[in-house]
Amino acid sequence: MDPVLTSTLADIVRNAAPLLIASQGELITERAGVVNLSLDGTILLAAMAAFAVTYNTGSLGMGIVVAMLIGMLVALIVISASVFLKLNQIAVGFVLTLLCADLSTFFGRKYSGQQGTEIPYAPIPILEDIPVIGEVFFQHNILIYFSLLLVIFVWLWTYHTRLGLSLRGLGEHPAAAYVRGTRVQAWRFVYVAAGGALVGLAGASYSLSVKLGWREGSTLGNGWIALAIVIFGGWRPFRIAFGAYFIVGLRALALYFQQEDVLNLPIQIINMTPWVLMLVTLIFVTSGLAESLLVIVPPRWRPAAQNLLRAKPPAALGSNFERS
Amino acid sequence: MRLEIHNISKSFGPLKANDHISFTFEGGRIYAILGENGAGKSTLMKILSGYQSASSGQIIIDSNPAQINSPHHAIAHGIGMLYQDPLDFAPLTVLENYIEGKPFTFLMRRREAEADLLARCKILGFNLNPHAMVESLTVGERQQLEIVRLLSLGVRILILDEPTTGISAEQKSQLFQTLKNLAREQNMIVILVSHKLADVEELCDEVLVLRRGKLVGYRSLPCETDILVEMMFGKRISTTTPQPLYTDKPILKIHKLSVPARLFTIQNINLEVREGEVIGLAGLDGSGQVEFMRTVAGLGRPTWADQLTAIVALVGMWWVFGKILDESSAVLNLARIAILILVLGPMLKTLYLYIRQRANNDQNTQIMLNGKNIGWRGYRDLLERGIAYLAAGRLEEGLVAGLTLVDHSALAERSSLPHVNWLRAWRRTKQAITDFSIKGRPFSQIQTLSGGNQQRVSLSLLPTNLRLILLENPTRGLDVESAGHIWSLLLNRRKQGTAIIFSSPDLDEIIDYSDRILVFSSGQTTLVENPEQMTTARLGELIGGKS
Repeated sequence: MDPVLTSTLADIVRNAAPLLIASQGELITERAGVVNLSLDGTILLAAMAAFAVTYNTGSLGMGIVVAMLIGMLVALIVISASVFLKLNQIAVGFVLTLLCADLSTFFGRKYSGQQGTEIPYAPIPILEDIPVIGEVFFQHNILIYFSLLLVIFVWLWTYHTRLGLSLRGLGEHPAAAYVRGTRVQAWRFVYVAAGGALVGLAGASYSLSVKLGWREGSTLGNGWIALAIVIFGGWRPFRIAFGAYFIVGLRALALYFQQEDVLNLPIQIINMTPWVLMLVTLIFVTSGLAESLLVIVPPRWRPAAQNLLRAKPPAALGSNFERS
Repeated sequence: MRLEIHNISKSFGPLKANDHISFTFEGGRIYAILGENGAGKSTLMKILSGYQSASSGQIIIDSNPAQINSPHHAIAHGIGMLYQDPLDFAPLTVLENYIEGKPFTFLMRRREAEADLLARCKILGFNLNPHAMVESLTVGERQQLEIVRLLSLGVRILILDEPTTGISAEQKSQLFQTLKNLAREQNMIVILVSHKLADVEELCDEVLVLRRGKLVGYRSLPCETDILVEMMFGKRISTTTPQPLYTDKPILKIHKLSVPARLFTIQNINLEVREGEVIGLAGLDGSGQVEFMRTVAGLGRPTWADQLTAIVALVGMWWVFGKILDESSAVLNLARIAILILVLGPMLKTLYLYIRQRANNDQNTQIMLNGKNIGWRGYRDLLERGIAYLAAGRLEEGLVAGLTLVDHSALAERSSLPHVNWLRAWRRTKQAITDFSIKGRPFSQIQTLSGGNQQRVSLSLLPTNLRLILLENPTRGLDVESAGHIWSLLLNRRKQGTAIIFSSPDLDEIIDYSDRILVFSSGQTTLVENPEQMTTARLGELIGGKS
């Protein structure tokens, strides 16, 4: 296979890792029925914190742990405000986005542009020697492997364990989950905290690996992309993973066109393409247009195809559960 | 099996929803709890099923005091509740719904659960596909799933809240048979909460009546209906058969109309509605009654405005593709196609619907109001011409939760002025409150009113000079008294020559109030000319397809 293509694919796997981790984190948060809209700010703040802690202590592990704690803390603010103060999750999340972004600028000033430590390159023995696949998937660092395993883990968890079944019920109809003995609020806290920790980890994986170093607003926008990917992925782990790779792939393509100057188009148009395509896909999937095209699928496969195209959010998303 | 409750009380602030209720339920019997809306039936059942906890009182099961703090506890004690709107997960499969709530295991154990589910369904005579999505099920099937699920959890006391709302006659008789078997053969306690006297008389052995939170009466069945009604309301309500008021003048003519419904396409509907006539639509849930009414009301079918967008879509396509052939830059063309799909996609869908509608319909299809074809007019237009439609989902489709009565009155005002005349809206609201005896204040938010009062508000908002009112299940969830009031308001309208078309799952209601009945069955319609000679059993047969 063409070595340029292989290395591009490897780059896509690498660059998509933070988006993958953040969107899987948001996936379990939203599946539990909570919207954590603060992703963009949380990722910035966590990225800054991971870099700063690693810079000062020299310990990568410490940086990653602090980043995850920050993500968890922000997420817990969202759910606590919703449960205890009955505040709107979207409003709280949005305010936290702005707050965290400003905090990252404020605290990160003196780390801006500094030389930092990178998570060590750790190819997996034997597997890395597989042609193409080895280079694409198994010649990275541990965070990237984690992002791949995470997708499989989240999928197994949500669709093949009883706790995952409860998780799906939680976001769908909390009252029904409650009468079946699920402790709704407690589990929401658990999943939201776990999701938040993953978002923090996504921040750390930017500043310690994918976009090495810290600069004001260095990851700006990626949180929103992760949120969009969750919707694009129809709240399903593998579709979300596909979405993340798709977006990063389109960006790589745009970069390539820009460098080679093949199309002779303003850079903005190329940069816009992923968004336009994502919008088109979203409209296609959510408008029911896709469903009406299902007529061409043989009836036997129709339910499966319908399931695949499904893009309904968890029904109780963003609502607060109270037993009345 | 024996369930005793002692001095159960529950207060919400100053309101006593349950006031020292004591009773003993015995195994093998079917109990009914009757009461008008707000009598405290639901509260009592929620306390028994653990969804709410009592302010004071004791529950004793087989002479062991039971502490019930959550539905899970209740199930552990053998008390299970089937909620009116079954508490299940719509986008999950039947099997997944069945598994969730079972004693915890780490993995799903689908195969084991599926075998278990199928075996239990077979015993009960239910026919559930474990891999179907719950959202594709009818309410009756969802109830069956919940019953199987509760029984598999070892439930010995089964509480059902209004189980016959929204299920077909056939499903109802199957449900009743199941409940009887459970009580007789397995010595279970079955408790039915209902406001439908006919159902209670058909199924139950004992009747408890609640009024204003207190247990006011207890009878063994059979027992005179009048006595039950008197116990429920504290007074007798005489149900008078309404006098026919229609004239010979037809106002609406429907000729060879076909309506696509959820299960079938209803072919070839012909109907003439006369002034002041009441027409009841009978049929299984989802047989096309609603689609028929919505079509007549100009909702949910392509109208001329949609045709216009379809034409715009066609022209747009032609233009864009024409341009594409001229241009050379690939990306610009991609952008154009993107815009094409973005803007024109929905319009194309409309076009597709329009074509499908035309293909289904004979060229001669007509809906005529007072001799004018209204087939391609939309709802807003038709409202001006005197056709109004009230959906069954009062708070979902008809009214706006969070707005006050005055807001609604202002919204319904059809004025060309840009400002809102609040004074007039307020006056009209006051007037409506007196005229329609609405229990509520002008500035109460609509969702705080009871169902019956919400329906009265909906009726008061309709323009006065209507030719035809279409109502989907006008008395859904209302008790006998509220339902009677709604009907007297509706029947009053006939004096001005307004015709009424309504659908209802309650066959008695259809027979009582209709001048003629249109029966929807398996894609066919049959017109019944003389409902006074009709029995519910005969009507049920017609619905089931026997002629």
